Amino acid sequence: MTLARIGVFVCHCGENISATVDCAKVAAEAAKLPGVAHSVDYKYMCSDPGQQLIQSAIREKGLTGVVVAACSPRMHEPTFRRACAEAGLNPFLCEMANIREHCSWVHEKGEATTAKALDIVRTLVAKVKKGKPLQPIQVPVTKTALVLGGGIAGIQASLDIANAGHRVILVEKEPSIGGHMAQLSETFPTLDCSQCILTPRMVEVAQHPNITLYSYSELEGLEGFIGNFKARIRRKARGLDETLCTGCGLCTQKCPTRRIPSEFDAGLGLRPAIYVPFPQAVPNKPVIDRDHCTYFLKGKCRLCEKVCPTQAIRFDQEDEIVEAEVGAVVLATGFDIKHGDFFPEYGYGRFQDVIDGLQFERLASASGPTLGEIRRPSDGKVPETVVFVACAGSRDPAKGIEYCSKICCMYTAKHAMLYKHKVHQGKPFVFYMDIRAGGKMYEEFVRRAMEEDGVQYVRGRVSRIYERGGKLVVKGADTLLGARPLEIEADLVVLATAAVANAGAEDLAQKLHVSYDAHAFFAEAHPKLRPVETNTAGIFLAGACQAPKDIPDSVSQASGAAAKVAALFSRSELVREPLVAVVDRQAPPVYSSCVGCFLCQGACPYQAIEKEEIRNRDGGLIKTVAKVNPGLCQGCGTCVALCRTKSIDIQGYSHEQVYAEVLALLNRGEGDA
Amino acid sequence: MRTGFYPGCSMKGSAREYNESLMAVAAALGRDLPEVPDWNCCGATAAHNLDRDLSLALPARILAAAEKEGMNEVLVPCAACYSRLKTTRHELNEDEALRRRIAGLVEAPYEGSAEVVNIIEWLGRIPDLEGRVKKPFARKVACYYGCLLVRPAGVVRFDRPEEPQSMDRLMKKLGADPIDWAFKTECCGAGFSVSRTDLVAKLSGLILEDAVSRGAEAVIVACPMCHLNLDMRRPNIEKRAGKKYRIPVMYITQALGLALGLAPRKLGLQRHKVSPSALIVPASAQSAAGSQFASGDSPASAPSSGSSAGSPAATAKKVD
Amino acid sequence: MPEFRPRIVAFVCNWCTYAGADLTGTSRMKYSPQVSIIRFPCTGRIDFMLLLKAFANGADGIIVSGCHPNDCHYSSGNFHARRRWIVFRALLDFLGIDVRRIQFSWVSAAEGAKWARLVNETAERIHGLGPFTDYHRLRGMGVE
Repeated sequence: MTLARIGVFVCHCGENISATVDCAKVAAEAAKLPGVAHSVDYKYMCSDPGQQLIQSAIREKGLTGVVVAACSPRMHEPTFRRACAEAGLNPFLCEMANIREHCSWVHEKGEATTAKALDIVRTLVAKVKKGKPLQPIQVPVTKTALVLGGGIAGIQASLDIANAGHRVILVEKEPSIGGHMAQLSETFPTLDCSQCILTPRMVEVAQHPNITLYSYSELEGLEGFIGNFKARIRRKARGLDETLCTGCGLCTQKCPTRRIPSEFDAGLGLRPAIYVPFPQAVPNKPVIDRDHCTYFLKGKCRLCEKVCPTQAIRFDQEDEIVEAEVGAVVLATGFDIKHGDFFPEYGYGRFQDVIDGLQFERLASASGPTLGEIRRPSDGKVPETVVFVACAGSRDPAKGIEYCSKICCMYTAKHAMLYKHKVHQGKPFVFYMDIRAGGKMYEEFVRRAMEEDGVQYVRGRVSRIYERGGKLVVKGADTLLGARPLEIEADLVVLATAAVANAGAEDLAQKLHVSYDAHAFFAEAHPKLRPVETNTAGIFLAGACQAPKDIPDSVSQASGAAAKVAALFSRSELVREPLVAVVDRQAPPVYSSCVGCFLCQGACPYQAIEKEEIRNRDGGLIKTVAKVNPGLCQGCGTCVALCRTKSIDIQGYSHEQVYAEVLALLNRGEGDA
Repeated sequence: MRTGFYPGCSMKGSAREYNESLMAVAAALGRDLPEVPDWNCCGATAAHNLDRDLSLALPARILAAAEKEGMNEVLVPCAACYSRLKTTRHELNEDEALRRRIAGLVEAPYEGSAEVVNIIEWLGRIPDLEGRVKKPFARKVACYYGCLLVRPAGVVRFDRPEEPQSMDRLMKKLGADPIDWAFKTECCGAGFSVSRTDLVAKLSGLILEDAVSRGAEAVIVACPMCHLNLDMRRPNIEKRAGKKYRIPVMYITQALGLALGLAPRKLGLQRHKVSPSALIVPASAQSAAGSQFASGDSPASAPSSGSSAGSPAATAKKVD
Repeated sequence: MPEFRPRIVAFVCNWCTYAGADLTGTSRMKYSPQVSIIRFPCTGRIDFMLLLKAFANGADGIIVSGCHPNDCHYSSGNFHARRRWIVFRALLDFLGIDVRRIQFSWVSAAEGAKWARLVNETAERIHGLGPFTDYHRLRGMGVE
């Protein structure tokens, strides 16, 4: 082994580290470690001069390894590895000692904290001394993107990627794309009609030569890795031959089962058992709802089959699994709002006239069940007094939802406005906690609701809603008037219920191996600097599946995700980190310490371990040993811990490295023994 | 499972009929309810307003005594006592240092092993209660939970704090028809019973008004304080409202006792300010209903109030 | 006698617990400095001989923590770790190591507060158990 010449670079991170860690002392003590040839501290190591400091030290002192004691490697490891590579050092001989997130930020100033920082530095010095130069792995890129979710975010991402010249597979679980935006009446802060701006995009998706649309389909599974995923998509049986169906709609008109609550109308309207969710649906082809269809329930009817002019109905159609190779995935699966008996104190689910925001959208929509007239569900009367309750469930730790749902302040103002525009004599009240109207023309919009449309804003929360004599009694408090208890007799109550992750979000995240937060929103790789990427390379985020978002934000993020995908697809080959497992190989007559038990093969989640037969010149079998396919291996290392003969090792986290780390951390010297 | 019984002061005083009915019901159901030996005051409202340690030490001593007796749970019928014992158990289980300190204060080992259960929980666990009903309590009832049975949610972890259902379910088992109403968990005025009777008259009045306006024939409670305010303060309520309320207020154990066919006097029903006698069906009419039920009909098909059982006026019986 | 300051080694996976500990930092939550982290790609990578190695070289306590069940970045590495831990735990008694010296846990990338709590509770417990002094014996058993 060549003599180690390690450079240690201790960063102050402004005062983020130096406020609690004595950086100069860490650098001085690190200089005394065996094998350390150079050790300095500097105010901002990630800055340009900081990086130059490292690069010139590599060149001038002939460093064989670098330890940057600074922030988390999840933050700047790529930065410093790139800098080292530019200076001629193999990037995998650069390690980061995390003395910020794991030390200076979590401990008080003092000797123990400085001592711990030094412990961390010593551990990483030991690791880098046992490190080996590694060569990146080249893998091909499949230039097709898989977009999951056909709401506005998925639509935007698909169009952007397709317009960049790449192929897109768009998967939507509902019979039509459009998502929640298609359900909305008007959009804030411009009050332009939601469908009018959305449907042209939907049509564009359907007609785009680069986009394959799988509606009424769901992702079954995803294998592989960035550039080389294999997706399995379940195309649920619509019950008809889409190539024959012309979308004439005769079947939906003749279907005798007509009283099924329409999902699109948020339960306020009715639809038949064979249906198109809404007139502008894309694709405009019906679906047979097998849970309600008379033929599927009772074995007879088949009226739709009889009336279909093109004989497109297929009762015996089964789900079909489609396999597709894709290079990147955009998650745009959207959100839901809280339903059901989550608000027993508000009688939501018990009183017909306590509705949620999406239901109000349908009441206000010209294509909705009331054709845009505001009529309450129970008796169809035009409500004279409407109470809007903001923050229903949001920002309420007692309900387990601490976060702000972000869109409610704006849409509540919009709802109150729309109501006032349609029912001039109506009295709208809004109960709110705070008004959060950050955004272009947003605050002005809320002001307009208050000042021009005379919406009564009451700062306070509603404690209970109950029915009395045909009215809904809303009990609340006006906290700006001395917490005065307030009772309003309303005809209709609209709850701005919390925006939450979709029911299947957790399962999907587990299928894709992406992280998600405590509320099942998908987690971005970095909250500020990598907001459209997940921690799993090649999987990107768009829209409200990451956190509650309004339309402009969803569209921006979707375009961001599309740009990331386009950048990935701009190369024909991809460079992957070589942090993969390798099986020992030796000269004959040993060949390998592997005894061919293949325990590793059963444990590998990626089927990356193959059998290799070692044969003599005559073709006779000498032994069968394990071999890792570096293209498939993801570097989890499960095989390494499992191997009984220690014949598999993992680059970047090798036996030598981790054992040296343990010994160094405990200050037990080199551990070469 | 060995269940101990903590009566607290109310059960021995103002809520004697709650105690009498509980004992009668327990005996009828074949349940033994030994008292926690040498029990003391739970601290009530006073202790936790004055001294946190005291407010924890008093219930801790009770629970320690129960543990020593080998009781795995303590039944606390008074909602206020229940709240104090449950809070103490919660706080001491969350904080090991506090547990050690309080155990030192009461000079008894407190492990937190004994669970604290309220009357609804305890009755709700009794298997096949429906099958034991002899005289279905076929009335429209307003189940009134009050404040302490279900709150604070994080401490009691019992039912839904905003719209509890457990008492409603229990009453359904007895053949009753619980109404959907708005005042299940609204405040009755509680401890202001003595110092601010006017407040109690207002708050309790709202509760009665809502129950009556929705057709309830009885208010069912599980708390001595609620009973006191809704029953004993009836003259104040009526004076303030300028109208009479005839609706009786009964403990859940009394309603259960009647359904089990126990004698009204054994259930202390004669002790109420507002007599529930109108609800007590004469034996003749009852036996018909009872046998109909026993012959396998579900409680839902039992006659609704005022039908086969006759009008309340006709069935009125003097119990005093 | 100087105050006992336990040495605790935390073996954590890169994707969940390492990130969770980063979040503890970005949230500026405080915890005991007696725990230091060694980063692994996955808890499935952790050879439990490493734990013995750490004990034999002066560790007083150990934390092993990764992704929650079903949340593993590599699908199933954490399940391997869990199975390994169940077997390993049975051997501890034979080795003369108090099982309370090892804390096995799941901390996700979103659970910064949980990480702080886990470290503090473990540090307090190890403090109560005192220094691990039997490491000579471990060495006699061939663990160096």
